[in-house]
Amino acid sequence: MMNHSNIIRSKSLIRSKFQVILITIGLGILLGIFCLAQFTQLVSFGLLVSLLLGISLIIIYYSKTLYANLPEGIKNNGVWTGTLTGRGVSAWILGVVLTCFYILLYWFPHILGLSTSGNTGIIGFFDPLSQFFKNQPASEWFVYGTLYTLAIILFGIKFIWKYRHNKYQLLRTISVIFFQTAFAFLLPEFMLRLNLPFNDFKNMWPLNYYFFDSWHLEELMHAGNIGWFMLIWGLAMIFLISPILTYLYGKRWYCSWVCGCGGLAETAGDSFRHLSDKSIKAWNLERYLIYSVLLISVIMTVGVLYSYKTGVNTLLGINTYELRKWYGFIIGAAFSGVIGVGFYPLLGSRVWCRFGCPMAAILGIQQKFFSRFRITTNGGQCITCGNCSTYCEMGIDVRAYAQRGQNIVRASCVGCGICAAVCPRGVLRLENGSADISTRTTQLKTIHISEDALRILN
Amino acid sequence: MARIFIIGNGISGVTAARHIRKLSNHDITIISSESSHFFARTALMYVYMGHMRFKDIKPYEDGFWKKNRIELLHDSVIGIEFISKSLTLESGLKLHYDQLILATGSIPNKMGWPGQDLQGVSGLYHLQDLEMMEQYSKNCSRAVIVGGGLIGIEMAEMFHSRHIPVTLVVREKEYWYNILPPEEAAMISRHIHEHNIDLKLNCELTEILDNGQGEAAGVVLSNGEQIECNYVGLTVGVKPNIEFLKNTALETDRGILVNEQLETNIADVYAIGDCAQLRHALSGRKPIEAIWYTGRMMGETVAYNICKEPVSYNPGIWFNSAKFLDIEYQVYGFVPSKIQSPFNSFYWEHTDGKKSIRLVFNIETSEILGFNLMGIRFRHEVCETWISKKTGLNDVVQNIRLAFFDPEFYKNYEVSFVESFNQQFNQQIILNKNKTLNHVFKFLTQK
Ligand SMILES: Cc1cc2nc3c(=O)[nH]c(=O)nc-3n(C[C@H](O)[C@H](O)[C@H](O)COP(=O)(O)OP(=O)(O)OC[C@H]3O[C@@H](n4cnc5c(N)ncnc54)[C@H](O)[C@@H]3O)c2cc1C
Ligand code: SF4
Ligand code: SF4
Repeated sequence: MMNHSNIIRSKSLIRSKFQVILITIGLGILLGIFCLAQFTQLVSFGLLVSLLLGISLIIIYYSKTLYANLPEGIKNNGVWTGTLTGRGVSAWILGVVLTCFYILLYWFPHILGLSTSGNTGIIGFFDPLSQFFKNQPASEWFVYGTLYTLAIILFGIKFIWKYRHNKYQLLRTISVIFFQTAFAFLLPEFMLRLNLPFNDFKNMWPLNYYFFDSWHLEELMHAGNIGWFMLIWGLAMIFLISPILTYLYGKRWYCSWVCGCGGLAETAGDSFRHLSDKSIKAWNLERYLIYSVLLISVIMTVGVLYSYKTGVNTLLGINTYELRKWYGFIIGAAFSGVIGVGFYPLLGSRVWCRFGCPMAAILGIQQKFFSRFRITTNGGQCITCGNCSTYCEMGIDVRAYAQRGQNIVRASCVGCGICAAVCPRGVLRLENGSADISTRTTQLKTIHISEDALRILN
Repeated sequence: MARIFIIGNGISGVTAARHIRKLSNHDITIISSESSHFFARTALMYVYMGHMRFKDIKPYEDGFWKKNRIELLHDSVIGIEFISKSLTLESGLKLHYDQLILATGSIPNKMGWPGQDLQGVSGLYHLQDLEMMEQYSKNCSRAVIVGGGLIGIEMAEMFHSRHIPVTLVVREKEYWYNILPPEEAAMISRHIHEHNIDLKLNCELTEILDNGQGEAAGVVLSNGEQIECNYVGLTVGVKPNIEFLKNTALETDRGILVNEQLETNIADVYAIGDCAQLRHALSGRKPIEAIWYTGRMMGETVAYNICKEPVSYNPGIWFNSAKFLDIEYQVYGFVPSKIQSPFNSFYWEHTDGKKSIRLVFNIETSEILGFNLMGIRFRHEVCETWISKKTGLNDVVQNIRLAFFDPEFYKNYEVSFVESFNQQFNQQIILNKNKTLNHVFKFLTQK
């Protein structure tokens, strides 16, 4: 018996198989062109633009096939059973490819075609675009920035499609797309074209670990009024703007509305958010690692500043420039890039944000002790299902709090709001309020007999 | 130091154990035949649908139990000697208890249909049911699910998520018609159709057909229709799992009878969760409530009773929630399916047909009695406070913003809600602007 919905089913299965094949062929052709570019001198603006446009169309079409014909709502079917999203073979392949890309980018850009005597290969392929923006040949960072921004925009579109019923997700994603495109990508490029110092206005020390480097300070101070403005803006971001915003809204204003690392994690990394480790072990490791990185970055910055001021290269027996170099290598490149993004398909999307980012550490301390932000739990509605914990990219065991009716106030929470979105019982809400600011962490609201005090509530 | 045994590692047994550990130094052992560790039954569907792994629906890491000195026995209790205070396990072990907590949960109802014990036929309650579903999902041409309650629609969603065609057979004229008011029931029926699930209303199962190898091959319905399928889900409610306790000195009715302190008729024996039946139902509540949070509350109460002084089980004002495919549902207080004098309700529905708010009130006193929400989240404490303080309907409507619990930036439709209220009841209520968390605190803490 082949009835109506059977036919619908087989049609939709055939259609989705067909689409997958189409998409694979498309991506294969594009990859082919890229490889060709790597080994030949095939360079033209038109080709590059059509290639990037082609990739964009394919990803948008792919998102459409995934979500467009489904009713609005949470779409996590098969996330753990799929080979790409469930740590299967595809995940390993993608992880290796991404990691290799990062290793080449950071340490062997000449293999990608970087050369002072005229770029070749993939980097050369981006020369026309770079010329268009700033009258200079492309650098490996220009290539990276372009692909990075494109990834945030395209996977941002996919994310919006997926969560289109959720206004918080919608606005947040538009915001990260905007900040990446305008502030991290376009504005700095145009400033270079105008011979002004490269500056990403939304990037802040200590994430921006070169802010207090001597070359950077010199550059700003020698760039006239605009340079001074950048310097003061940078300091204001650290000491004024960021504390105020974090007090008002929690660290989410930065981590999941503005930051570029967060931006990539939320968009391209969304399919991998559930892979974060929720064990108590991981939580312990997280606290050791992230505060160590913060400490080292502070020592390094103090050292660099000290050397800048006094001209002495050692502080307490540490060579400040060596420290700076190693920080850049281990933390700046290996941790945030290779592990942070390369391992998305294996460790989840926010490994860097959770275990390494010194900026997140500072904002986190503030969020925990001096902020109006918390995630409220809705009375006794929690059914302990675990969706919230599973889809928390920061590996927070949200359920542990929710089932006791306790507010979630965790230093690491980036306020992405996905826990609240996936909760099938409407238990969680991201909120700001000053009235209970001192008790917001301790409040237990177990409906019947409260967990700690064992008071009988009537 | 007493030896306390708990039969059943569901939410009620586990909560009791955790709280006894907090309050005392007693020896605690939990015995369960289903799984070695506690998992959330409520999340079984998400494992099947690939949202989570089984590991993810275990709320505590496996090391938790040892750390808290709660012993776990993966075994089945087949007999209890109440006089000598001893348990007999399937493995042959005999154990002596000082205090016993029965938390054996429920089992799915079977109404005596021909073919109900075939392979490829199951309810959705235990892990083993999930395994059966998994096994019969390979090459499944269709699944037929019988029963229009909360578990039936979960099962339908499960098969649907794997592109297996689903027929949902419901006795009533709309989905969950005997619980939901008609508008909400119709909304869910529409939503089920929207997902291409074949919903058969006003229809019952009469027989399950055998394929000749002891497996389900199809069903025959009360309208004479015959549907081929490889799987039949039976979801017509659950009943207390007390078969092995029948014909003992323990007093039972549909469930194990307990007083307000959750004591059975036998000293040192308590019953909690799905398997317990209150001798005297609490006001506005049923004597057996097979739901998650009551299991939790009973677990807390029994722990307190054993370790401290006697307290009465008091779950407070009724509330519950569910999710029908993509539509979330919440209820607070009294919301009957047929609303008749002296009760009335105000119903607001969004034009998209997927969101609604219903306020139930008493016509004579105009006090608020209940809230029924579809696709909109309300704040539990605020609703509870309004109901317990017998707040007037107009007051509630005017301050409705305090109750909204949807994520930030959501449109709350309060303007359209109030306009439609004013129109229907000929009122001139102007919305109160207060809606921030600080306002909510102020409201909740005022005397
Ligand atoms: C699919 C599904 C979805 C649900 N969704 C919701 C929801 O959204 N909201 C809600 O409020 N409720 C929901 N419920 C109901 C809720 O899960 C139950 O009310 C709750 O799990 C009952 O807990 P319990 O501890 O009383 O019993 P159980 O969880 O049933 O635990 C009892 C345990 O005892 C074991 N046992 C029984 N007899 C013996 C014996 N003789 N020897 C050894 N072990 C034994 C059983 O095998 C079982 O493991 C849902 C239930 C199901 C099945
Ligand atoms: S707790 Fe919720 S809001 Fe915070 S990071 Fe985790 S998922 Fe995002
Ligand atoms: S997703 Fe919601 S219901 Fe499930 S455990 Fe988390 S808070 Fe509780």
